[in-house]
Amino acid sequence: MPELRFTKDHEWISLDDGIATIGITAHAQEALGDVVFVELPEAGRVLASGEACAVVESVKAASDIYAPLAGRVVETNPALVEDPALVNRAPQAEGWFFRLAPDDLAALAGLLDAADYAAFLETL
Amino acid sequence: MTPLSPSEDSLDTVPLDALHRAAGGRMVAFAGYAMPVQYAEGIIAEHRHCRARASLFDVSHMGQALLHGEAAAAALERLVPADLLGLPPGRQRYALLTNEVGGIIDDLMVARLDAGRLLLVLNASRKQVDLAHLAAGLPQTVQLEPLAARALLALQGPEAAAVLARLAPEVAALPFLGVATLSLAGAACFVSRSGYTGEDGFEISCPAERAEALARRLLAEPEVALAGLGARDSLRLEAGLCLYGQDIDELTTPVEAGLAWSIGKRRREAADFPGATVIRDQLAHGPTRRRVGLRLEGRAPARAGAEIVAADGTMAGAVTSGGFSPSLNASIAMGYVRRDLVQPGTNLMLRVRERLLPAAVHPLPFVPHRYSR
Repeated sequence: MPELRFTKDHEWISLDDGIATIGITAHAQEALGDVVFVELPEAGRVLASGEACAVVESVKAASDIYAPLAGRVVETNPALVEDPALVNRAPQAEGWFFRLAPDDLAALAGLLDAADYAAFLETL
Repeated sequence: MTPLSPSEDSLDTVPLDALHRAAGGRMVAFAGYAMPVQYAEGIIAEHRHCRARASLFDVSHMGQALLHGEAAAAALERLVPADLLGLPPGRQRYALLTNEVGGIIDDLMVARLDAGRLLLVLNASRKQVDLAHLAAGLPQTVQLEPLAARALLALQGPEAAAVLARLAPEVAALPFLGVATLSLAGAACFVSRSGYTGEDGFEISCPAERAEALARRLLAEPEVALAGLGARDSLRLEAGLCLYGQDIDELTTPVEAGLAWSIGKRRREAADFPGATVIRDQLAHGPTRRRVGLRLEGRAPARAGAEIVAADGTMAGAVTSGGFSPSLNASIAMGYVRRDLVQPGTNLMLRVRERLLPAAVHPLPFVPHRYSR
């Protein structure tokens, strides 16, 4: 069972077998509205935690996506580039952004769990 | 447009505020009003609905005013370069308030309701500026009456005429830019065959207290769906129509903006309007820059402010409006470029996040107008 975490920037991180899959939450896609373009980091790029590494453009505005963990990008989602509306239809499944090999797996524990994130959304 | 913050109560509300919220409208601050940027269907679906059927937009934040007096048209001509003396009763015309250097104070629609009354529709963001400018510039023989207690609804799309004719059969005979005083669902309305989407359609000025009943009556028709300001913006961009504050402002002239068609022939010859010296010179010799359409090769949007770079690397201008075109499934923009770069097909680059995105000058409109002629 993958371990699922969240950030206050509305990203989700699913850790499975040492690889983190990263996307944006259902709340984030709802707030963005129709997504029309996604720019993803190159595979192989090394990211610092908190580094702006992807861009999601809705009809209304551009938003940065920040690396929730430090690590190296191992894969990006080609289906998302072809069909950016996947973010709206399946934000926490087929609409994933990229996969990362984290430098420090223990850093995951510093992120929000599902209950923390749900509580955080209540404060917005 | 900024999502509403806790300071929401400082915003004005439109007469349809409750209807918008009940319909799932996402309310944002726009020109001091809480306005729906979209409903549950989303901007792209609302955009496509308008191109295919009929969409109802609430644009009650816009300014409305009447000018009373036999001398109103002549008096207003002192402030705008449009031919208003030649505007017959029952007709509407696009006009610009110009300043002394040929810049645009606002763009507006002027309708001659009858011999003694002109109806003005002003941009929401400019209505206070406009009303002060009009009050200062009109003679005492003309009375300026702001119509704060009227709502403004736009019914737009290829099925708009069939829908509205069910409420008032007379609208079927209204030509493009025709205007009439009609009763719709019991409300005394000023109806013009015009809009801001490139589609056939109507703008309906009605008393605020009757607006919700009229909107519900229109929404009960199977063709009609609500559309918010987001779709209004993407529709007008595809139609190549200017948004005040982005594509035109006090530093752009009608000639640079490609709006010189709104200057009457008699007015050009007489040169008797604010900024006439600059505007006549630009008409004679061409402006140094001009508004153009831009179509990007990729899907990445280029938004207002993006720098435009010529193929040789020199600075060419800047984007003033840009976004995704649902009709073309492409990224489109408008902006101002140097006079040597205005020909359709000219290859340019748009700087977005430190990248240069390839684009080409594209004829306007991007999507053909389908006005009723």
